[in-house]
Amino acid sequence: MTTSTQPILQTRDLSISFGSVDALVSVDFNLRAGEIHALLGENGAGKSTLIKLVTGVYAKDSGQILLDGKEINPRNPREAQLLGISPVYQEINLIPTLSVAENIYLGSQPMRFGLVNTAAMNKQAEALLNRYNIDIDVNRTLSSYSVAIQQLVAIARGVDMSAKVLILDEPTASLDRHEVETLFNVMRQLKADGVGIILITHFLDQVYEISDRITVLRNGFKVGEYNTDELPRVKLISEMLGHELTQTLGKQATSETAKPKNQEAYIRVDGLGRKGYLEPIDLTVNEGEIVGLAGLLGSGRTETALLIFGIEGHDQGTIYVDGQAVHLRSPSQAIQEGFALCPEDRKTEGIVGELTVRENVILALQAKRGWFDFIPIKRQQELADEMIEALHIATPDAEKPAGQLSGGNQQKLILARWLASEPKFLILDEPTRGIDVGAHAEIINIIKRLSNDGMSLLVISSELAEVVDYSDRVIVLRDHKKVAELKGDEVTENRIMQVIAEEPNV
Amino acid sequence: MSEMTQPAERGFSLQSLTRNRAFWPIFALLLILLGNRLIAPDFFNIEVVEGRIFGSLIVILIRGAPVVLLSIGMTLVIATKGIDLSVGAVIAISGAVAAVLVSTTDINPILAILISIGVGALCGLWNGILVAYFNIQPIVATLILMVSGRGIAQLITNGQIAIFNDETLAFVGTGVIAGIQFPIYICIAVFVIVMLLVRRTAIGLLIESVGANDRASYYAGIKAAQIKLFAYVASGICAALAGLILTADIKGADANNAGLWLELDAILAVVIGGTSLDGGRFFLGLSVIGALIIQSVETGILQSGLPPTFNLVVKAIVILIVLLLQSDVVRRWISNSVNRLRGQMRGQTA
Ligand SMILES: Nc1ncnc2c1ncn2[C@@H]1O[C@H](COP(=O)(O)OP(=O)(O)OP(=O)(O)O)[C@@H](O)[C@H]1O
Ligand SMILES: [Mg+2]
Repeated sequence: MTTSTQPILQTRDLSISFGSVDALVSVDFNLRAGEIHALLGENGAGKSTLIKLVTGVYAKDSGQILLDGKEINPRNPREAQLLGISPVYQEINLIPTLSVAENIYLGSQPMRFGLVNTAAMNKQAEALLNRYNIDIDVNRTLSSYSVAIQQLVAIARGVDMSAKVLILDEPTASLDRHEVETLFNVMRQLKADGVGIILITHFLDQVYEISDRITVLRNGFKVGEYNTDELPRVKLISEMLGHELTQTLGKQATSETAKPKNQEAYIRVDGLGRKGYLEPIDLTVNEGEIVGLAGLLGSGRTETALLIFGIEGHDQGTIYVDGQAVHLRSPSQAIQEGFALCPEDRKTEGIVGELTVRENVILALQAKRGWFDFIPIKRQQELADEMIEALHIATPDAEKPAGQLSGGNQQKLILARWLASEPKFLILDEPTRGIDVGAHAEIINIIKRLSNDGMSLLVISSELAEVVDYSDRVIVLRDHKKVAELKGDEVTENRIMQVIAEEPNV
Repeated sequence: MSEMTQPAERGFSLQSLTRNRAFWPIFALLLILLGNRLIAPDFFNIEVVEGRIFGSLIVILIRGAPVVLLSIGMTLVIATKGIDLSVGAVIAISGAVAAVLVSTTDINPILAILISIGVGALCGLWNGILVAYFNIQPIVATLILMVSGRGIAQLITNGQIAIFNDETLAFVGTGVIAGIQFPIYICIAVFVIVMLLVRRTAIGLLIESVGANDRASYYAGIKAAQIKLFAYVASGICAALAGLILTADIKGADANNAGLWLELDAILAVVIGGTSLDGGRFFLGLSVIGALIIQSVETGILQSGLPPTFNLVVKAIVILIVLLLQSDVVRRWISNSVNRLRGQMRGQTA
C-alpha cells in the first residue's frame, strides 16, 4: 500500500444550498494521495454536488476547499483541471456532435503549425482507448456510439488529464463486469502513481472490491469517514440510509407468485428485426409476466426494446397484442396500444430538464390523451404527489425543474412518468441504474407488484441477481441475436452467465 | 399567467420580486416610458377628442400592434426551438393579397380579409412542413420564404404599390370602436385566443417539451411534427394580421417595404421577454411587453426630435441594456459585487 496520510484534497465546513434545499451542510471531506476513496450516500445525499463544488461547477456558499493544503477557488471546471483535478461527471457531458478523438482532446489538442494535428490526435486517442480494450473508429461522432462507450470515452478523457485528483461520479453505472474490471485496473495503476481518486457509486460490491476508505453523506451532512475494511456492509447501509435495510434481494422476498400463467401470450413478437440492426427475434410476454432480457453490452437488448416500441423501424416481423397484429411506426402509436418504454439514457431520452417534476410525470399520459384532453392541473398535482410518494422521489415539491433533481431521482421520475401513463405492457431498460441501495429494493418490489396486478413487463438489466429475482423467464441475447430462453429452474445467475459466455458455434 | 407565478416563493421581498422573470421587462418598459416623459412632458397625457382617445401611449399601442402580433406567433415558434424569419415577407404577401383583391375584384372585402389570413396560414404551413417533415433547419427553411416572399408579393401587385379605396379593409387599420383603434382589439383578441389555446389545452406544455428536449419528447409519445406545424401556422396567421393592419393603415400594399425587418423586431421582443432561443419555456405576455418596449423606444426617439439618423443606434443601445440586465452573467456579477460589498461592510462593523 502506498497510501499516505497526507490529504491531497480537503474541504472544510463546505456548504451550499439551492433555494430551500440544503444540499451540503458543513462538510469536511479528506482525500489522501494514492487512495481510492468511495463517496457514498442515498440518491440526493449531495455526492454530485460536492464534486461540482470542488470542480468549480457551482460556487460554494461558505467553507473552504484545499488542495495540497492551500485554499483553492476554481471558478469553472477548466480552472480545476489546470490545478490537477479531473472530473468525470455522472451525466456524460461531452459534445455528441464532435468526433471521439476531438472529445478526448477538447481544449488540449495536439497542434502543428498552429492547427490541430488531426492525424496525431486520432492516433493518441486510439492508443488511449486501447488501454480500455476499446477498438473503435475515433473519427466518428461520439453520438454514434452507445452510452457505455460514451461513458468509457469520458473516463478515458478524465483519466488522461488527471494529475493529482481523479473524480469518478458513478462511472460504472452503464458498464459491464468486464469493462469495470478494466477500469479498476487503470485506477489501481493511477493509485500506485499517487493520484487520489474519488469514486461515487451505488454498487457496494465495487466499493469493497476497490476502495481504501469511505465517506458517507446523508441529506447533505457528512455521517462519517471510515476505513473500508473496518466497516461491515450492514453498518455501511444503515449509515447511508439512517436505518436498517428491511428487505433484501432474494426469491423468498416475493409473495411467491400466485399469478395465472401459461395462458395466451399478451404480447407476441414474431421475427421482428432489421438488417444490420437486429436479427429477427421471437418473444412472448404473457399477462402479468416478467420477462428478463439479459446479455452483454451491445448484445442487442436496447435495440430489441427500441424496435418493439417503434422508435427504430423494423423491416421484418410482426407484433401481436392480444392476438391482433399491430403496426407500430412511432412511440406515439405504441403508447396508444398500451406500451411504455422507460429508456436507458435518462439525460437525452428521458428527462425534460426544464419542465417541472409534475409536468414530467404527466408528459406521456398527456401525449397519449392528445392536445385537447388536457389533464386538469389539480389532477396533475395529485398524480405527481402520488408518484413522489410512491417512489420516494427526493424533491421539495412537484414544481421543481426536473433537471435539478439528483441523478437517481431523475431515474425514478422517468419510471414515474411511465407508470402514470397506465401501460399494459411496460418495457424497462436498466430501471435501477444509479438508484441507491434503499430505493433499489423498492423499485424491484414495484416491478413485482405491477406484474401481480396484471401488467406485462419486459425488463433489461445488467444486474443478473436482480433479473433472476423477478423474472419468470429470461431471454439471453448475444451479438444482436437471441441465443436462449430460460425458464423455471434454469433461471439462475450461473446459467445465464454460462449462456452469455458460450462461444458462438461457428 | 405562468410567467407571473414562476418562483413559488412565499412572502414578499425585494429579492423575490427582482427574481421574478416578469420584473425586468416590466421595469424596463416603465423606465423607458418615464424617459419618454422626461423628453416630452405631455407624454402621459390622454385626451378624448370627438369620442376618440388620443395620446402617446395610445400611439405606442397602435404603432406597436404589428410587432405585438408577430411576437406572439414568434414566441410559439421559438419555444419549439425554431425561428421564423419569413414573417416580414408574409406581411408583404398578405397585404398584397388583400389590397389586390379589393381593388381589382368585386369580392366581399370580409372574404378578401379571410383569404389574406388563409394565405398567411398557408405560408406558415409551408414553413412548418419544411421544418417538421423535411427536417430542414428552421433558420434555413424560413429564409427561403423570407427571400422569395417579397418577390411573390411583387408578382401579386404587379410590381406596383397596390392602392385601394375600400372602407372595410381600411377599418382594420384605422377603424375606431368605443374610442379605441381597431388594431388594439385585434392584438387583445389574438393574445387571449392564443393564451387560451396554449394554457387551457395541452398544446403549451407539449410545445415546451418539444423545444426543451425533442428526443425525450419523442420517446414520451409526443407528435413533435404536429406541434411544430401548429407553431409555424400560428406565426403565419399572426403575420397576415400584421400585414392587414399595415396595409389598411396606408390604404396600399407596398411589396418592397411593408414589414421590412420586422421579423428582427419580433425576435428581439421574444428574447427581451425571456423566452430562450434554445426553446422550451415560453412567456407570451412578456413577449408582448418586449414588443411594447421596442415600440416605446422608437416612439420616444421620434418625439425627442433627435435626427432620425440616430434612431437605429439609440434603439440598439437601449435594447442592449435591457438584454444585459436580464443576462445571467451580468446579474451574477452584480449580485456578487453586492455580496462582496455587504461582506466588507459586515467586516468593518464587526
Ligand atoms: N442545480 C440545482 N438546483 C437545485 N437543486 C439542486 C441542484 N443540484 C442539486 N440539487 C439538489 O441537491 C440535492 C443533492 O443532489 P446531488 O445531485 O448532489 O445528489 P447525489 O448524492 O449525487 O444523488 P444521486 O445518487 O441520485 O446522484 C438534491 O436534493 C438535489 O435536488
Ligand atoms: Mg449524483
